[in-house]
Amino acid sequence: MSQSRLTSRRTFLKQMTTATGLTLGITLAPRAMAVAQADTRTGQLTPNLFVTIDTSGDLIVTCHRSEMGQQIRTAITQILADELSADWQRVSTVQATGDEKYGDQNTDGSRSIRRNLERLQLAGATAAYQLRMAAAKGWNVPVEECECVNHQVVHRGSGRQADYQALVAVAAGLPLPEEGQVKPKARKDWQYTGKSVRSIDMDAVVSGNTTFGQDVTLDNMLIAVIQRPPVMFTQAESVNDSAARKVTGVKKIISLPVATAPANFKPLGGVAVLASNTWAAMQGVQALDVTWSSNKHSSYSSSQEKKRLTNTARKSGEVVRKRGDVATALGKASKTLEATFYVPLLAQAPMEPPAAAARVENNHAEVWTSTQNPQAARTLVAEVLGIPEKNVTIHIPLLGGGFGRKSKPDFAAEAAWLAREAGQPVKVIWRREDDIQHGFYHTVSAQHIKAAMDNEGNTIAWHHNTVFPTISSTFSTEADSPSVGELRLGFIDNPFDIPNLQLEKGKAQNHVRIGWLRSVANVYHAFAIHTFADELAVAAGQDSRDYLKKLIGKPRHIDLSEDGAEYDNYGDPIDTYPIDTGRLLSVIDTVCKAADWDNRHAQKRFLGLAAHRSFLSYVATIVEVELDDDGRWSIPKTYVAIDAGTVVNPEHVKAQCEGGSIFGLSCAIGQITASKGQIEQTNFHNYQVARIQQAPRQFHVDIINTDAPPGGVGEPPTPPFAPALANALFAATAQRIRELPLPLTIKTA
Amino acid sequence: MITLTLNNQKHQFDGDPQMPLLWFIRDELNMKGTKYGCGMALCGACTVHVDGNATRSCRLPMAAVNGKAITTIEGLDENNAHPLQIAWADNDVPQCGYCQSGQIMQAASLLAKNAAPSDEQIDQEMAGNICRCGTYPRIRKAIKQAAGEQS
Repeated sequence: MSQSRLTSRRTFLKQMTTATGLTLGITLAPRAMAVAQADTRTGQLTPNLFVTIDTSGDLIVTCHRSEMGQQIRTAITQILADELSADWQRVSTVQATGDEKYGDQNTDGSRSIRRNLERLQLAGATAAYQLRMAAAKGWNVPVEECECVNHQVVHRGSGRQADYQALVAVAAGLPLPEEGQVKPKARKDWQYTGKSVRSIDMDAVVSGNTTFGQDVTLDNMLIAVIQRPPVMFTQAESVNDSAARKVTGVKKIISLPVATAPANFKPLGGVAVLASNTWAAMQGVQALDVTWSSNKHSSYSSSQEKKRLTNTARKSGEVVRKRGDVATALGKASKTLEATFYVPLLAQAPMEPPAAAARVENNHAEVWTSTQNPQAARTLVAEVLGIPEKNVTIHIPLLGGGFGRKSKPDFAAEAAWLAREAGQPVKVIWRREDDIQHGFYHTVSAQHIKAAMDNEGNTIAWHHNTVFPTISSTFSTEADSPSVGELRLGFIDNPFDIPNLQLEKGKAQNHVRIGWLRSVANVYHAFAIHTFADELAVAAGQDSRDYLKKLIGKPRHIDLSEDGAEYDNYGDPIDTYPIDTGRLLSVIDTVCKAADWDNRHAQKRFLGLAAHRSFLSYVATIVEVELDDDGRWSIPKTYVAIDAGTVVNPEHVKAQCEGGSIFGLSCAIGQITASKGQIEQTNFHNYQVARIQQAPRQFHVDIINTDAPPGGVGEPPTPPFAPALANALFAATAQRIRELPLPLTIKTA
Repeated sequence: MITLTLNNQKHQFDGDPQMPLLWFIRDELNMKGTKYGCGMALCGACTVHVDGNATRSCRLPMAAVNGKAITTIEGLDENNAHPLQIAWADNDVPQCGYCQSGQIMQAASLLAKNAAPSDEQIDQEMAGNICRCGTYPRIRKAIKQAAGEQS
């Protein structure tokens, strides 16, 4: 396996180390996005990777980002249909395969729109320009007098019009416009962008006519279920498969290569049972009798790790951001507060467990898999099979949720490897137990915050230490300390205007594979910072909203380099996307108005507030709780205000605010633990995720209307939820929650 | 030999009688609208109707459905225009969509028994259906809309 190849594809690490942004690999010039000129035989117009006008004049959009519920297929279709002034009934969408030519396809980091809006607009405008040119030529008029209206080109002066069908053959033969010749539509002319267009996959979903990775069927295909090592990087010492072979339908039993550190995206190894149907494969794998080796991870225990991490968090760490003199301020303060926070391991647990189907013939592999990261899947499959990448095709069906789990394509490699070994197509199915027990987990973390107050209750010092096994440990055996890419997630970019501020990080070893989960380190950083901010407000005897606004300070752009902090702003330019406390204050005001914050005491309502910038967007959340006589809490309502700059589909942004909040609720009530190196949870009975009766009964979502550049949407609603909930529970019970999972029942005195 | 009716069509099965109905539907009939989510009747993605009652097909052995009438999402309405399917679209319920077949089948069973369910009854009936995308508030709204149109 070529290590350097794999390293180069680790876009996350790349982002962690590059300070300046765009890694699209494709510029905005029309010619740079061009593919080969249109096939003159078919007469289709294909001016670039994303747009085809077929011979009937219909628009075919290519979506290069993975669909996992965020409605990116709809958003991309909206953007391109808009630039082409297309008739929505004459638009269809195809899913791109995994290929570098599209630029970045790794559908994570809430960046599909912010990194693609402009280039897709240009791609669409380029095709529109070709069509306008074709009409202008035919009518012998200047192209500037021709415009696209409802799937036709119209000549402004004469009123002549021509359907795209009549123009496509001529347009296909025209040279591409020069850079600067094509301009996307003005915002005021947007027809679909910015509108709540219904999901293009709606009919398929409600009729059950969808294909997810788990649903792919290939001719002559075997189903594989794998028993993986219970402890990371252990291996089978003995395998007794005689009972498994007796299961009707079991065809083959194949051991996978043993995995070694670092984990990377590689398969974990184990023993695969291949059968003619899923049930037989599941029965077969249960009948395996495997003895596993042990290693240094075999003594890993969550309860011991909690003590270890907590102790480290309370000691001095490595300073990553510093302003003023925290030690002196703490020493002289009239009042000091400190608290330790703990957030456990979590699993993404998308409703569709990982799955991949593969066919490998003559050194070529074709893989159908629900991956967030098609290009990484392609690279990994090529490496595992030892074939060139160009011989690998990755098809991406719908993803039944992703939440970061499906950014790691280990399951695609399992399927490809088994298909080659079996000599026939194979679909690897992860059972829910496999998903919960062999994941890439959201890391466990401990944090300690100390603060000092002056006589008026102003916070004058903030000392925060964060400690967690890093995602980098998945890629490097030496990584034992939080990376810049994780510290930037709600920690180093702390927006508080406190004169003495010191941020530190501490070392921690990994014992399971660590990976991304929706909003990643923002989950635990926002939890600690915003529950502690509420704690400070209470200690100062002030209103929590007023105190939070005071902590944030005046509207301003924060320059973290002044405090010696390394910060890459989610890979985007800080000038375009400043840390703007004005926008943070504004979402706080909006959400408080919606929730009638000022009258909450009179109305005997218990509200908790948190506000957090992540993925270049600003979200403030208020959770309202009520308690029954047994102390069991529920959430009658949640209020969210989001400023994500320009939004493409307001209804789907609203849906992400609801769903992201409920995901945040799951983060607050679930936990993964390990004992003797093995994950203790197995399925949804012991890994708790939010169910309908726990979810907020109502939502109020405000989307701040702005023409600022687009920020992220999929992740930003998640981080503020858990601290807002914990603060609401404090308001209701006077009990401060500093550890997750938080209790479902709180007894009050 | 096990005989059953699925979406008004007769089928026979002579394989492992312990095989859950889910895998008969997905692997034998190659109908993929009914999803696998947990295999332990904990998440509801595999929900179908057995003689009209919402049932988790991932734990229901074929031996138990001999002579039964099964309905899957594909057979809920011949035009895919059940009031719930319409309400689901009207309220933009689905995100990833994976759990939604099960959600709709569970909700259809609820409305068949109770034309005007309260919030509490909806929560109670839908508590076994997990949605990781968090579409619950819209599921509630859509069920209420469909109930309103039915009654």
